[in-house]
Amino acid sequence: MKFSTAIIRLSASLAILSTAVTLAFAQSSDEPLRLEITEGIIEPVPIAVPLFVAENVRSESLSKDIGNLVAANLVGTGVFREIPKDAHITDITNFDTPVLFSDWKVINAEALIVGSVRVGADGNAVVKFRLFDVFAEEQLGDALQFSGRSDGWRRIAHKISDAIYSRIMGEGGYFDTQIAFISESGPKVNRRKRVAIMDYDGANVRYLTDDSSIVLAPRFSPDGAQLLYTSYETGRPRVFSMDIASGSKQVVLQSPEMAFAPRFSPDGSKVLLSLVRSGNTDIFEIDLESGRKRRLTFSAAIDTAPSHSPDGEWIVFESDRSGTPQLYVMKANGSTPPKRISSGAGRYGTPVWSPRGDFVAFTKQRARFHIGVMRTDGSEERLLTESFLDEGPTWSTNGRVLIFFRVTPGDAGGPSLYSVDLTGQNLRRLQTPQFASDPNWSPLRR
Amino acid sequence: MKTPSILASAGLLLVLVACDSPHVSVEETIELPTGLDSEIGTEADYDRDTPAYFTNLIGDHVYFAVDKSVISEEAGAILDEQARWLMENDDFMGNVEGHADERGTREYNLALGARRASAVRDRLVSSGIADNRLQIVTYGKERPAATCSSEECWSQNRRSVTRVYLRSDD
Repeated sequence: MKFSTAIIRLSASLAILSTAVTLAFAQSSDEPLRLEITEGIIEPVPIAVPLFVAENVRSESLSKDIGNLVAANLVGTGVFREIPKDAHITDITNFDTPVLFSDWKVINAEALIVGSVRVGADGNAVVKFRLFDVFAEEQLGDALQFSGRSDGWRRIAHKISDAIYSRIMGEGGYFDTQIAFISESGPKVNRRKRVAIMDYDGANVRYLTDDSSIVLAPRFSPDGAQLLYTSYETGRPRVFSMDIASGSKQVVLQSPEMAFAPRFSPDGSKVLLSLVRSGNTDIFEIDLESGRKRRLTFSAAIDTAPSHSPDGEWIVFESDRSGTPQLYVMKANGSTPPKRISSGAGRYGTPVWSPRGDFVAFTKQRARFHIGVMRTDGSEERLLTESFLDEGPTWSTNGRVLIFFRVTPGDAGGPSLYSVDLTGQNLRRLQTPQFASDPNWSPLRR
Repeated sequence: MKTPSILASAGLLLVLVACDSPHVSVEETIELPTGLDSEIGTEADYDRDTPAYFTNLIGDHVYFAVDKSVISEEAGAILDEQARWLMENDDFMGNVEGHADERGTREYNLALGARRASAVRDRLVSSGIADNRLQIVTYGKERPAATCSSEECWSQNRRSVTRVYLRSDD
């Protein structure tokens, strides 16, 4: 992948459709709408999202909400723009009536999303959608139907958005996901911190710990069911794992050594973390089943912030063995000596391997702070953001977007969450009830 | 404890004095602003064997340069006094906190704070304090002492703090 200019390409292949979609037409050799971000998208693709059809009176408000959220999700990517509904020259009143493509062509919609909602007397909702490629005059993929409790309508809207995104983009979406983070309140000298979790768009915030001790940097397990985090509840930083559904938690290491910067391995069986011994910080791997720990770094320098490659074969981490904090890559089994990959002027930290395996995201400190990405061999370094203090990137499950935290300076300053895409575009602030830091993006929910 | 109650307020003022002049000798009586005599204690009012004396007259904290954990000459002099006090008060334990300024990542600053706390502990141990009387804990950038976002505050946050507490009997 390269950066900087837009190439929007029509592709002849539809092989990327979700497995649930098996209509014969999906094998058609016509040219459906398909975006491929080979370089940064510059001109958002116009889409039309007419009001979802309400199949009965009970469905009226939900049909509006779901359609609006689907549109907001897609527009929020920066890849699409919604053609305002008052520019539409026709309405969709029946989910199954054939679409008159000329009505949508004339307003320059490239994609059309048609949906319907039926809420039953039992409170269950059935939501259907179709995606059309207006200029190819055909449906893109099968119609899909989702059902669930109507109070879970946001997840249904996110799932629809993911399906639409993946049909057009040829890669998974990131809407039906969650963000774990640290919610912060109180004065700067005595910040109160809580582990919190919310939907990717800021809805449904839940607090998983109280604010009685400092907690830091929650990290999801690969199945999204658990969080690792650092807590001072014993008076010293130690690493805990928590089952999100039940809230039950346990220490990962029985020994009282100070530990922090945990992450699960891609298969969830191990934890990488930093342990302090005789004042020096090194990286260890903990096998969760046996509890055995293995030391992976042996320098007298600070070695911390480890992150696995998606195949589990490699580790990228931060070390100041050269005199300043820099990024290093080594085999996860310790069989190769660490090799430095960062080479620019400045200090590097918090490396995170992309889920696609192609990039490492990091924090870079010069006079100001940046979120950046580089190839896993250190080439093609690119800084995406700049501020007084940007820190701690986390990848979307498709490797396309990063969320990080940005701190404003001074006595009243504090952190907020932001997202930015891999090309440095579409910088957005995520709304949180209080100051928020240390984000971690979940995998797609099931 | 023999410390008179007025020392609660006196302690605050003496901390300010000590900040301005970290070399203040514990032998010297601190000059106090006039008109406040009834509110203010002096060196003579502190019992040498109290944590308040340790904190306010010796100084419970020392400062570090950017990214460094080297004990400066100035810091060493304070730590020598801390060690002397701990020698004389062997029913006390010490918890050495290491802190960093906000200019660094969370993880690096935790590691840096650990390194600073460890350097202080090593210095106290080399002055004769048993290492099982001393614990270290890093706070990274979690607990700044000063909140402005400039070097004036950052230099106060790159610090260690030695907290002394009575050994429990178990």
